[in-house]
Amino acid sequence: MIDLPNPVVVAAGCGGTGRELAALGALEGIGAFTTRSLTLNPRAGGPSPRIAETPSGLVHSTGLPGPGLEIFLATELPWLVQQGLRVVVSLTGASVAEHAEVARRLAQAPGVRALEVDLAVPDARAHGLLDVREPFHAANVVAAVVREAQDLPVLAKVRADVLRVAESARVVTDAGASAVVVGGPQAAALPDGRPAGLSGPAVLPLALRCVGEVRAALPDVPVVGCGGISTTVDARAFLDAGAVAVQVGTALLHDPTTAARIAADLAGGPS
Amino acid sequence: MKAPLHTTGEVLASKRVGAYQHLTVVAPGVAERFRPGTFVAVSVDGTRLARRALWIHGVRAVGGHGPALQLVVEPVGPGTRWLAERPVGARVELTGPLGRAFALPKQPVATLLVGEGYAAAPLFPLAERLRERGCQVNLLLAAPDERHLLSALEARRSARAVTVVTADGSVGRRGSVADVVAGVLAQAAAEVVYAAGPVPTLHAVAAVAEQAGAWSQTAVEQPLTCGTGLCHGCPLPVVGEDGVARVVRACTEGPVVRGDRVRWAELAGAQPEEPA
Ligand SMILES: Cc1cc2nc3c(=O)[nH]c(=O)nc-3n(C[C@H](O)[C@H](O)[C@H](O)COP(=O)(O)OP(=O)(O)OC[C@H]3O[C@@H](n4cnc5c(N)ncnc54)[C@H](O)[C@@H]3O)c2cc1C
Ligand SMILES: Cc1cc2nc3c(=O)[nH]c(=O)nc-3n(C[C@H](O)[C@H](O)[C@H](O)COP(=O)(O)O)c2cc1C
Ligand code: FES
Repeated sequence: MIDLPNPVVVAAGCGGTGRELAALGALEGIGAFTTRSLTLNPRAGGPSPRIAETPSGLVHSTGLPGPGLEIFLATELPWLVQQGLRVVVSLTGASVAEHAEVARRLAQAPGVRALEVDLAVPDARAHGLLDVREPFHAANVVAAVVREAQDLPVLAKVRADVLRVAESARVVTDAGASAVVVGGPQAAALPDGRPAGLSGPAVLPLALRCVGEVRAALPDVPVVGCGGISTTVDARAFLDAGAVAVQVGTALLHDPTTAARIAADLAGGPS
Repeated sequence: MKAPLHTTGEVLASKRVGAYQHLTVVAPGVAERFRPGTFVAVSVDGTRLARRALWIHGVRAVGGHGPALQLVVEPVGPGTRWLAERPVGARVELTGPLGRAFALPKQPVATLLVGEGYAAAPLFPLAERLRERGCQVNLLLAAPDERHLLSALEARRSARAVTVVTADGSVGRRGSVADVVAGVLAQAAAEVVYAAGPVPTLHAVAAVAEQAGAWSQTAVEQPLTCGTGLCHGCPLPVVGEDGVARVVRACTEGPVVRGDRVRWAELAGAQPEEPA
């Protein structure tokens, strides 16, 4: 995996283009920045409303809006690299071939530190993306990305499904993933019934349990913990459970300085 | 443009005026960076994750505190009610100023400012800036009724002419912005139109401005989650300078956008029957 100066990482899709956090000084001291999940072609995203508030959570179905690979490589990536950030590019697609093509192009782009395959899109089918439900689908996607990624580490982000997470983690690491990100949003629905994901403090206990399951089943696999982290205490809980790093997502939408604050706390040594 | 800040503010004053709660909040650094048309994203009520957007109505020097933000809150739901109930001395976490501000004309032209309800808030500091540049300022203020009409008295100080319309006729003319905007625009001979209010009102103003050959700037409110450009939860369908249709973030590429660039019918809050 990549060497991180700090275990706190900005989660995919929750850090904008990076510029918005940088303007607030909110990338100071973080370990790495994960981009929103990138696709080969530009995507406008889904209809409004995209996000609803629930107690201690957000339900979201953004439809993965993004600039597409070409514009990302021309405008967003060079800026991120220039800032001296460790850039993890998250990717997704409608087919195994699209994943492979995006990975191939990213492997040639200067400054990318790692790829993260998003296998946890909770509303994939609704947005015309590959619905990676079965472990063999996940294995196919990861194997294709690893093949094209050359020397770049590939992280596989899997669903925080307590019953299946250990199996998912085994399958993707067998397929060549260097580390596993546990986990994405919980499958949920927006108030009008559209498929969506649930994130935020509400999902933390589930994600923490999933990290434990993977650690117990696969003690040699590096695990990145993600789900509902909004305080230093939360981050420590994941690290204590054996995660090598943590990702902060939804908390940034509420307080954009969250990741930088937790990173500073952790850099300050144990307390 | 200066970068926004994330900080903790303190409520210095809170006063009920009609339907709105007027808050004065000191938040060091934020007021200094303010330009008309920008907003603050406020954290409300502890466990609520989405932030609440509020226009910056103005900046006022408060003895011993330096410049403080003036905010106008219409209590409509849990977040805005919570804010309206904050006592003097309460702390509120906020980020700002956020978003693109109103662009000012380079020439001293005649302007029309159209505001409806609390959304008229950013037009008052805008009027000041326009006057400083020698622009003639005409104001059209609208509301459902007198209680929801923002600062009509204050308006008379900074504008050459003020037109007031209310849906129930309790003050000014009875009617809506859509009913009167063409006439007011013609009378003012305005070359630039600024508008803030609900989507159907903005649509009507943009359409009338385009017909009259005037340049329009609309402050568009869409449901926001973060307000800071991170979540992509605030799609704003526009047509780019290059003529290509795209979807931008209302909070970051907006909230102020050229009226002729917005694909109004596709917006959240657009009603099936557009008044325009
Ligand atoms: C740029 C901008 C400036 C604004 N300025 C003001 C102002 O100066 N004064 C004022 O009273 N109100 C203003 N609003 C509207 C205000 O933000 C909403 O009324 C408020 O967020 C509603 O929160 P609530 O909890 O009271 O109600 P609810 O309706 O329960 O809100 C629930 C959720 O929907 C979102 N939401 C609902 N309605 C809106 C809306 N119209 N705009 C944005 N998000 C919404 C909230 O953020 C929250 O996530 C502004 C909105 C925008 C986009
Ligand atoms: C608005 C929003 C957009 C997201 N977009 C992505 C994305 O593009 N790719 C991805 O892998 N995860 C995405 N996620 C999931 C987060 O990265 C994270 O895995 C999940 O929300 C759980 O962590 P959290 O509770 O800290 O947010 C998104 C989450 C939210 C709230
Ligand atoms: S509200 Fe989050 S990006 Fe606009």
